[in-house]
Amino acid sequence: MSTVAVTDAVKKYGAIAALDGVTMTFSEGEFFGLLGPSGSGKTTLLRAIAGFVSLDRGQVLIDGKDVSGVPVHARNIGMMFQNYALFPHMSVAENVAFGLEVRGCPRAEVADRVKAALAMVRLGGLEQRRPKQLSGGQQQRVALARALVTRPKVLLLDEPLGALDKHLRQEMQVELRRIQRQVGITTIFVTHDQEEALTLSDRIAIFDSGRIIQEGAPMAVYERPVTRFAAGFLGEANFLQGRVTAMEPSGLARVALEIGGEALCRIADRRVGENVLLALRPEKITLGTSGQTDLNAVRGKVLDVVFSGNSTTYRIAAGDQVMMLFRQNLSEAMVTPGSDVTLSWSPDHLVQVTP
Amino acid sequence: MKIGSALLTAHLWLVLVFLYVPILVMAVLGFNASPLYALPFQFDLVWYRALSGNAKLIDAGINSIGIAVVNTAIATALGTMAALAFSRYKFRGRTVLQLLLFPPVAIPWLVIGTSMLVFFYWVDIKRGLFAILLGHVALSLPYVIVVVGARLATFPRAVEEAAATLGATPWQTFRRVTAPLLAPGVIGGALFAFAVSFDQFVISYFLAPPGITTLPVEIYGAIRKGFTPEINAISTIIIVVSMGALLLTARFYRFGGER
Repeated sequence: MSTVAVTDAVKKYGAIAALDGVTMTFSEGEFFGLLGPSGSGKTTLLRAIAGFVSLDRGQVLIDGKDVSGVPVHARNIGMMFQNYALFPHMSVAENVAFGLEVRGCPRAEVADRVKAALAMVRLGGLEQRRPKQLSGGQQQRVALARALVTRPKVLLLDEPLGALDKHLRQEMQVELRRIQRQVGITTIFVTHDQEEALTLSDRIAIFDSGRIIQEGAPMAVYERPVTRFAAGFLGEANFLQGRVTAMEPSGLARVALEIGGEALCRIADRRVGENVLLALRPEKITLGTSGQTDLNAVRGKVLDVVFSGNSTTYRIAAGDQVMMLFRQNLSEAMVTPGSDVTLSWSPDHLVQVTP
Repeated sequence: MKIGSALLTAHLWLVLVFLYVPILVMAVLGFNASPLYALPFQFDLVWYRALSGNAKLIDAGINSIGIAVVNTAIATALGTMAALAFSRYKFRGRTVLQLLLFPPVAIPWLVIGTSMLVFFYWVDIKRGLFAILLGHVALSLPYVIVVVGARLATFPRAVEEAAATLGATPWQTFRRVTAPLLAPGVIGGALFAFAVSFDQFVISYFLAPPGITTLPVEIYGAIRKGFTPEINAISTIIIVVSMGALLLTARFYRFGGER
């Protein structure tokens, strides 16, 4: 178990900065998700920690020691690749034994540890199979066993579940989490799948253009995104323009919304008269038909209704904007397209973001 | 659909018959007693016995095998390294060099043979086995580079990275991961190099000094002097050996695919 830290990491490819001054710390035993669109620098960071990418500036520290001059094979890391990268010419057991054999581990110990690793990923009995004879999920498990059998300091996962179908993916997510907890290894994983990041991670970081936009616990980042990008990338969000009209005694600001109506919300360091951008998650909005608008509510007209089993998605025209709204299907009553409705929310859920 | 597949099967058989019947006829007549290929067929090993006493043909055969083996070793080693360089490194003139690989395969051997003869004369390399070997290496190199290169083009680089993360040094990675995965391509390239050399007539003919020959050159000479079923005998031996080697290799390595 180890800590990993990156300080002021910069990596440029031509004029494009894949990493543009990234500093972060991965704590011992933590499951950390790096999230972002492709080309945002998350994979470059992972590969820099592994040693495949040398930084133009900054350091990678493993247990406080700068590993910049240490080649990949001497860093004692475990890594899982997108398409598993199993050795096709070796059996399952040989794949898992590889890391121990190149380290000169005694034969009897290799056999024991391979057996234990395969038992951990529940693949006992498949030792003699070739990777080609395994299903995607099984290959995944072999890759995990192979990465962990050498007891690395840190486990790096590069889009580990990307190649699996949805059902298997969810199963492997649970499995990955179980094994990670059991081993207690510091784990850093890269994904563009926000749901996967939220499900698996103790903490996440959102990347954009080589920088970290926001990091924190999944719920904190989801509920209180700091930028428009973070709010839009992690989940869905409606964005509302407004102007601060007054500061309430409660400390909340009163904001006149561009789409009509007024709302209260927590604003940091804004004075009366300033423009603000606010994010509102679609599931936080309550749909009403009373036609009454008070504070924290706007009127709208339903454009369309998409039923998807456990929930329904509404698109609603409000002012000159289209708002999205999710509603759990608690009853069979549906609001039909064309209806006049009222959208309302709690001031806690209107989050100020930077554009 | 049914007629289509029947036609296709018939077509396949026609092609196979066209390819193999002449070879079969040649092999059968090698066991025929008549020196004039006269029928009826009468089984006799007379031509094989004659062959075992034909020192010139045997010497030529030894020369051919020797050159082919040495050529295969040199061309395969150099070609594999060149293919690795082409696929792994960026260097000035790489594209030009890669393009220049193909014309020698397309240029008639007669032209190449003539130019080699002139060139070797100019740089004062005497006609002989060494000159023949040089010519063969030059001819077979592009084949090896192309065949190994094709294997490298589909090589999963991530497995090498995986080996590195597991603690394998670059040398361990090459020996235990890269080399075994590349082996089918290298063996395919080696087969080509051997075949190009063993089969080579024009270059060998041009570069052979009087008194020293390779098998194809000797067979050509023998045919000109007078055709005897001895030639059928030696040809049959060559076919059996080379097809045996090919089938053996194919058993161990499936071309293009994984083992």
